[in-house]
Amino acid sequence: MSDLQSPASTGTAGKASDDAPVKATAGGDAPSGPATSGRSFLPQSTLLRHLLVLAVCAVLAVVILEITSPFQNSQLATLTYYAIAAGGLTVLTGMNGQISLGHGALMAAGAYTTALFLDAEEPLPLPVILLAAVVVATAIGALVGVAAARLHGPYLAGATLALAVGLPGLAIYFHDVFGGEQGLRVRAPQSPEWFDGFIDAVSGNSASSTKWLAYVGAICLLITYFFLANLIRSRIGRTWRAVRDQEVAAELAGINLGAWRVLAFVVSAAAAGLAGGVLAIVVRLAAPSGFTIVLSLALLTAIVIGGLGSLVGALLGSALLVFLPPFVTNLGGDFGLSQTEAAQLAPFVYGVVLIVVMIFVPAGFVGTIRLRWMTRKAKRAMAQAGADGASSRG
Amino acid sequence: MTTIAAATVLSTVAACGGSDDSGGGSAGGGGGGENEASDIGVTENSIRLGAHYPLTGVAAPGYSEIPTGVQAYFECLNQAGGIYDREVEFIFRDDAYNPTQTAQVTNELVLQDEIFAMMGGLGTPTHSAVVDFLNDEGVPDLFVASGSLTWGDEPETYPYTFGWQTDYMSEGKIIGEYIAENFPDAQVGLFLQDDDFGEDGEAGIRQYIDDQIVAAERYTPGNTNVGPQIAALQAAGADFVVGFNVPSYTALSQLTALQLGYDPQWFYSNVGSDPTLVGGLLNRFSEGQVSDASLLDGALTTGYLPTVDQTDNPWIQEFQRIWDECGGEGELTNYRVYGMAQAYTTAQALQAAGQNPTRDGLVEAIETAGSEWEGPVFAPFRYSEDSHMGTSGMSIERIVGNGSEEVQPVRVTDIGDAPIEEFDREPATPPANAIPDEESVVD
Repeated sequence: MSDLQSPASTGTAGKASDDAPVKATAGGDAPSGPATSGRSFLPQSTLLRHLLVLAVCAVLAVVILEITSPFQNSQLATLTYYAIAAGGLTVLTGMNGQISLGHGALMAAGAYTTALFLDAEEPLPLPVILLAAVVVATAIGALVGVAAARLHGPYLAGATLALAVGLPGLAIYFHDVFGGEQGLRVRAPQSPEWFDGFIDAVSGNSASSTKWLAYVGAICLLITYFFLANLIRSRIGRTWRAVRDQEVAAELAGINLGAWRVLAFVVSAAAAGLAGGVLAIVVRLAAPSGFTIVLSLALLTAIVIGGLGSLVGALLGSALLVFLPPFVTNLGGDFGLSQTEAAQLAPFVYGVVLIVVMIFVPAGFVGTIRLRWMTRKAKRAMAQAGADGASSRG
Repeated sequence: MTTIAAATVLSTVAACGGSDDSGGGSAGGGGGGENEASDIGVTENSIRLGAHYPLTGVAAPGYSEIPTGVQAYFECLNQAGGIYDREVEFIFRDDAYNPTQTAQVTNELVLQDEIFAMMGGLGTPTHSAVVDFLNDEGVPDLFVASGSLTWGDEPETYPYTFGWQTDYMSEGKIIGEYIAENFPDAQVGLFLQDDDFGEDGEAGIRQYIDDQIVAAERYTPGNTNVGPQIAALQAAGADFVVGFNVPSYTALSQLTALQLGYDPQWFYSNVGSDPTLVGGLLNRFSEGQVSDASLLDGALTTGYLPTVDQTDNPWIQEFQRIWDECGGEGELTNYRVYGMAQAYTTAQALQAAGQNPTRDGLVEAIETAGSEWEGPVFAPFRYSEDSHMGTSGMSIERIVGNGSEEVQPVRVTDIGDAPIEEFDREPATPPANAIPDEESVVD
């Protein structure tokens, strides 16, 4: 199986895709260990370093959520579920080289699980429900992952595409359970009393339900990214990259390609499940029309624009998804377009941005910045080495 | 002291507002009080309303024209002095018929644009995503553009939400009775969208002709192959097919039946029967082989509003004038008429809510006076404290060319097992400039 896929035997057709990941995923290929230069003040241990970053980000999240308006809170809540799913997808595509057009369907699994659990007379605590959403999506991800591990490139895209198209259809087929086309309405959980107290103590703002949902999303986002960041920098992440970049070498090193691919898919599906759970409570609805192929493609474009393999890139790409359309629509309105024309402008501008990014910064925002930085560092090292060589000879 | 100062500012503002208008409609005012910023979205000289529509995507053809009709009506209304000298601002945003986006744009409308009320939000799955939010926030949710029962049959759950068009169950009942009386021997097949739309319609129709129905086939929106369903109806021997479907499936069912050589008497519910739109879709789907709606000739449908082909209807004449004076590009279409009719009812509601309306006052006004309002809609609304259902009646029409002729006058009913009654009230004539003049019913 691996022989068929090795670069040597796939010939020219495989050549392009073989080279592509190295550059395209530059965003994710940061050094695995801490920087060796003495300039860093961060702790040496990856875990400690990430904990520190997590704490800083948590404070930052509270600050951002408190200085923004209620509407911006709701936009940030939207951003969190896109970013969670995109984070999972960037691990799969950027780190492990597998493409998935089916993450919208995995989000649907999480969303419907959440909706069904919240519909109970005495709903379980929210963390338990979100965990259940993760478990269900993980199970589906494992099933798909087993199939996906055997497929490559366009075949994998096709298989996951079938998932994206087929899974929401189940909701329509079993409409007694899943509510058919109009879906399940979700009663958004009320904020607990400690939350009202917390917000009052921090900023004195009113603790609306919109704010509570934004905080739930932010907490989920931070936890997800913390786990994913640790995974990426661990042996698991290195193994994924090995599988992605050189299958033959990886197999020679004793790596079971299939098992690692399935693992990547499972991790990615778990993130998608959590994203779906957050989506359900933020949107207050789980309906098939919310999980069309457009959602899966939007996630994919988000991680490509941000920089494949980079969590920061996934966050940036998701931010573009959330903030660009209203921005363009309002801009169009200011330029005197009618509201219909302005609305039609948004998908157009998004497409243009995507094309421009692909032409001028093919590695995405984060990837390109990191490439530049690495190039400059390499140049400086070369110059340094050259100078050293010259001085030692002289 | 402060009140006097405020009053001076207000009268200045009113004077400025008046001088903008060429007409002199602003002088009357009535009541004698001043305009105040009485609630969110209401200022001394404006009222802000919002809505979500599919302006892009698959549901955009047809539906995206509705807000242009609404806007044209409010534009003309504003030129004539607005509501209590307040200009009506109407903001509509695109949700692409995707509930996730509906939630986002509704957040934007309520939290950022700070609308006073929602007006005419379109679609059952889309509006389902925001109905809880709007009611939690206490935003009046007027005249949802969908015939689902959800909007009106349980006002204690959704006290701020109101339906507007005839609900699908009442429509099904009126269709069922018509078939029982006029086609007692027909073998009826049902072609249903697989959601509340088809379900409510089927429940209504089965109350009258359960024993005549030989097959009920359902399609899933999004799946463009309806061959199996149409073939099953044909195989069951149905010679009369009632469709509760959206316009694109009217076109698909017609093309599929044409391929199968199946020619029953068709009856499409109101939603799926606009001949102009269906004609365009037929042209597109058949790649030009069917160029217009001639396939629909002779099909039956229902109506609750006058249509653009009825050029001698005084409402259509008024709406045509409004579209010419205040509208944008394009022709007056049935979708724009729908938007204008909704805007007309909204104007009635705002007038009835008094000079300084509040959100709760608006709801109270519709519950108190809504059932007596007359307008372009054929039959009265059912608004009361116990029901937020919209209009209750429909006529039966036969499609001829791009228009229709009436075959049974308006009959009215209600959900559940309420009887169907003939409706003999004279059709309302439009007031001057098609601007209503309702008394305030709220103190």
